[in-house]
Amino acid sequence: MASLVGSRVERKEDKKLLTGRGKYTADVTFAHQTYAYFVRSPHARAQIKNVDISKASKASGVVAVLTGKDIANDKIGGLIAGWRIKSEDGSDMKVPAHPPLASESVNYVGDHVAVVIAESLDEARNAAELVKVDYKVLKAVVKTDEAMKSDSIYKDIPKNLCFDWLLGDRAKVKEAFDSADKIIKVDLINNRLVPNAMEPRAANADYNPSTEEITLYTTSQNPHLARIIISAFNAVAPENKLRVIAPDVGGGFGSKIYPYAEEVVCSWASKKIERPVKWVADRTESFLSDCHGRDHVTHAELAVKNDGTFLGFKNETIANIGAYASVFATVTPTYLFGPCATGVYKMPAAYSNVKAVFTNTAPVDAYRGAGRPEATYTIEVLVEKAARELGMDPAEIRMKNFPTEFPFQQTLVHSVDSGDYNAGLKKAMEVADYKGFEKRKKDSEANGKIRGIGFCTYFEACGIAPSAVVMSLGCGIGLWESAEVRFNPTGNVTVFTGSHSHGQGHDTTFAQIAADQLGVPLENIEISHGDTDKGPFGYGTYGSRSLTVGGTAIVKACDKIIAKGKKVAAKMLEVNESDVEFKDGEFIVAKSNQKKTIGEVAFACYLPGTYGEVKSPLPEGEEPGLKETSFFDPGNFSFPAGSHICEVEIDPDTGTTEVAKYTAIDDFGTIINPLIVEGQVHGGLAQGIGQALYENCHYDDSGQLVTASYMDYTMPRADNFPEFNLGFTCTPATSNPLGTKGCGEAGAIASPPAVMNAVMNAIGTDISMPATAEKVWNACQKMKKSNSKAA
Amino acid sequence: MKTFNYHSTNDVKEATKLASSNSAFLAGGMTTIPSMKLGLASYKDIIDIKRIKKLSGIKVSGKSVIIGATTKHVEVANSKEIKKAIPSLAALAEGIGDPQVRNRGTIGGSIANNDPAADYPSACIALNATIHTSSRKITADKFFAGMFETALKKGELIQSVEFQVPEKSCYQKYPNPASRYAIVGVYVAKHKNGVNVGVTGAKSCVYNEKNIASALSKSFSSSAIDNVKIPSSGMNSDIHASAEYRANMVKIFAKKAVDAC
Repeated sequence: MASLVGSRVERKEDKKLLTGRGKYTADVTFAHQTYAYFVRSPHARAQIKNVDISKASKASGVVAVLTGKDIANDKIGGLIAGWRIKSEDGSDMKVPAHPPLASESVNYVGDHVAVVIAESLDEARNAAELVKVDYKVLKAVVKTDEAMKSDSIYKDIPKNLCFDWLLGDRAKVKEAFDSADKIIKVDLINNRLVPNAMEPRAANADYNPSTEEITLYTTSQNPHLARIIISAFNAVAPENKLRVIAPDVGGGFGSKIYPYAEEVVCSWASKKIERPVKWVADRTESFLSDCHGRDHVTHAELAVKNDGTFLGFKNETIANIGAYASVFATVTPTYLFGPCATGVYKMPAAYSNVKAVFTNTAPVDAYRGAGRPEATYTIEVLVEKAARELGMDPAEIRMKNFPTEFPFQQTLVHSVDSGDYNAGLKKAMEVADYKGFEKRKKDSEANGKIRGIGFCTYFEACGIAPSAVVMSLGCGIGLWESAEVRFNPTGNVTVFTGSHSHGQGHDTTFAQIAADQLGVPLENIEISHGDTDKGPFGYGTYGSRSLTVGGTAIVKACDKIIAKGKKVAAKMLEVNESDVEFKDGEFIVAKSNQKKTIGEVAFACYLPGTYGEVKSPLPEGEEPGLKETSFFDPGNFSFPAGSHICEVEIDPDTGTTEVAKYTAIDDFGTIINPLIVEGQVHGGLAQGIGQALYENCHYDDSGQLVTASYMDYTMPRADNFPEFNLGFTCTPATSNPLGTKGCGEAGAIASPPAVMNAVMNAIGTDISMPATAEKVWNACQKMKKSNSKAA
Repeated sequence: MKTFNYHSTNDVKEATKLASSNSAFLAGGMTTIPSMKLGLASYKDIIDIKRIKKLSGIKVSGKSVIIGATTKHVEVANSKEIKKAIPSLAALAEGIGDPQVRNRGTIGGSIANNDPAADYPSACIALNATIHTSSRKITADKFFAGMFETALKKGELIQSVEFQVPEKSCYQKYPNPASRYAIVGVYVAKHKNGVNVGVTGAKSCVYNEKNIASALSKSFSSSAIDNVKIPSSGMNSDIHASAEYRANMVKIFAKKAVDAC
């Protein structure tokens, strides 16, 4: 039987998703359904003096109007920060209370003040206009780099500082810098982004007063986590009385990892009014209230020798985490960012210092790549600048500093198990025709255009994550993953995974793995996920973890199935278990060529007796049934790496930048399904190029979100991209039996610096993301002026 | 969306009679309906004019192109007669919004709305358009009164737009990267008796860029624009483009338009 791992199997889920047969949270409507509409703060910062619901309560169709006072009276807990970070001075991080409905103050535009529940959405929305909130408007703190100098938003959090964290050794770094020939410096802004999942967030909670059980449908990347948080922290219902279902989910990119105020409020309200409560965000609500991504202001320095050898690195970053500390808000700019900021290089000394600040903006949390894009941007812009200032080729300076021995102990945290960075970069230069760049540049010039080329070589730490490591670093949960492989009596298989698919294609990839392990045809395997009542507890999908951690759990569960199957087959064939081998779906006795298929064995497991012709004896002491569960906790992170080369062409008349050529050579370890992996890279590149050239979340000085719709927030479109040149190198991961490393975030991690390095190569000056037409045009105007002076 | 009364008629007179102080005519609804859904606009009466047959259609003669008010963008874009008479007008229609908008949106709706970044108003200015309404004729230079403002009176209904066929013309749009409306859109048209340069997106209302027009009237070449100064005062300024940048882009896109004529 040919192996399915490595083959371009078309996605099993696409027929459903592309023909409108998917079932999303918004598609779920219960009998006696009610509809929720949230009253949100129009101000970035204000005290709530009074909330008058008298008119709204009497409006047509209104079932209930609930406020912050109601939720406090019912002792519903606040939203949580899931990761404790300590400051350099040893003190604990400071976080403000985050009630699901505010009663004292609102702290960003879109903050939740009250919920109106009505028989129809229109009635709920119209009544929401009648809720009169008396605000005392206060001066908002908006800008990342000014937050520490501004008024304290929360009286017990001075300087708006959540923590001042250090990773690394300042003294060693000083030594390295003192011995350097040259110090390269950059000041960077990692622009704030809005996640923009295709499906807006939604929740539909249905409380059954007879069983006291709540069923919550929600747009979650992680339904088990939603359940435990809403139970244990928000105290809405005990875990056994809360079923969370994340059905088809239209993208998340990190923004749907954890529950928000809306899920908590809908669940609580459903219990209160004893009717189902449904909320579906409109696009404006998504812009205002989905957790945003990035938003760093960074000063970084690289100490180098004249021959290009790196000696030391320092990274001073202010990270804006918005108005409240969301679940992964504190780990994203620390442990997911700091360690990777030294890049894919030998770096004798380094530190990352991050000050996380509160501002009157929407919370900022993990967004595709979470910390590693910010890290990669920092080091890769710095390295390219070093090459420019030292007059070295950007490839040469990188190769000079690549590690070649693995495992490679990276400077700040990670022990990188495998990789071959030289091979990746060489392949990228070949595929990108680096040698032909000068000619293409001349051709562009002949057409009045300016062409630039930019590199990015990256590694990242994903496959999140070894529980012991992350918990020692402050994580409030373990990050293992579960799988249950259940043979049905007739020989087909259902695989339950604790991870979740919302675009990643698990229904296909995971089925390929199980098919290979069990020797069962792909079409006989069903992947089930997204329902806390089915399958064991799991930790969902993010951090490019599902395959490496969840896929391995499937392999381990299959191993257990085969182990039991061997015992049963031996009994059936009346041989010793040690004589039975399993291959391609068959239990074989090599010396006699007797065999039983895995389907026959499964059937036998469910019929432990004699019935007419059928004789299916189970071995002594074996339980009937064929179902196994595995919980896999990885021994290490996984470390994808790669080399991306971008060429841009700029129209100096308008400043418009076109990505003319893009080459991505990635090492994701073993690839299960190249078709899906290429799709993941495409998506990541689109988001990363989007960050570099188009996307920017912009608040004005008063804290109003200017980019609150697609009229102003520039989502990249297909016509913004060239045909991508993709390729792979492969050094299998040693930390999991599949050898996989994770591919979901790499495109978004590697592409912003590749694009920006190309833009800066073209225009010869530093420029911040996004490199919008006007910014580039201004740079071109300056270049023109200095050229004409020089002439 | 707030509730409203829906009326539908096949007669212009009846449509104007149904109009009240709180009503809107509905053709393609490409602006009206989203505005209502977002709560930015609400009306007591919506008067659907799609059934009025005489408001739709294209008539082309040697001198003019007349387009009925409810003619859809896609019909203008695909019209062989328009492509022959004023190819730039068909090209403009082809570049409005996306296929969904072009299949629903109408020329009358576009100019009655007078969005400062809409495409059609620049064509009206450049092509000396006359707007025929239920009660009179209005020339384009008097029709567009300000941001989302026109010379139309309450209940006055656009019936058709009459464009003058130029000797040469071209529309060049610099789309906003987010919305793809015009950051600037420049419609250059050379007529026997002079040149018009309809500019959209740059200011609060479409206008005829007289500095460029008079330079082009003297010499119809892109180099004739090189020394024209476009002041940035009065130009729109937003997160996508400052006033100064817009002023420069008016010139750049005027040159592109002349070169492509």
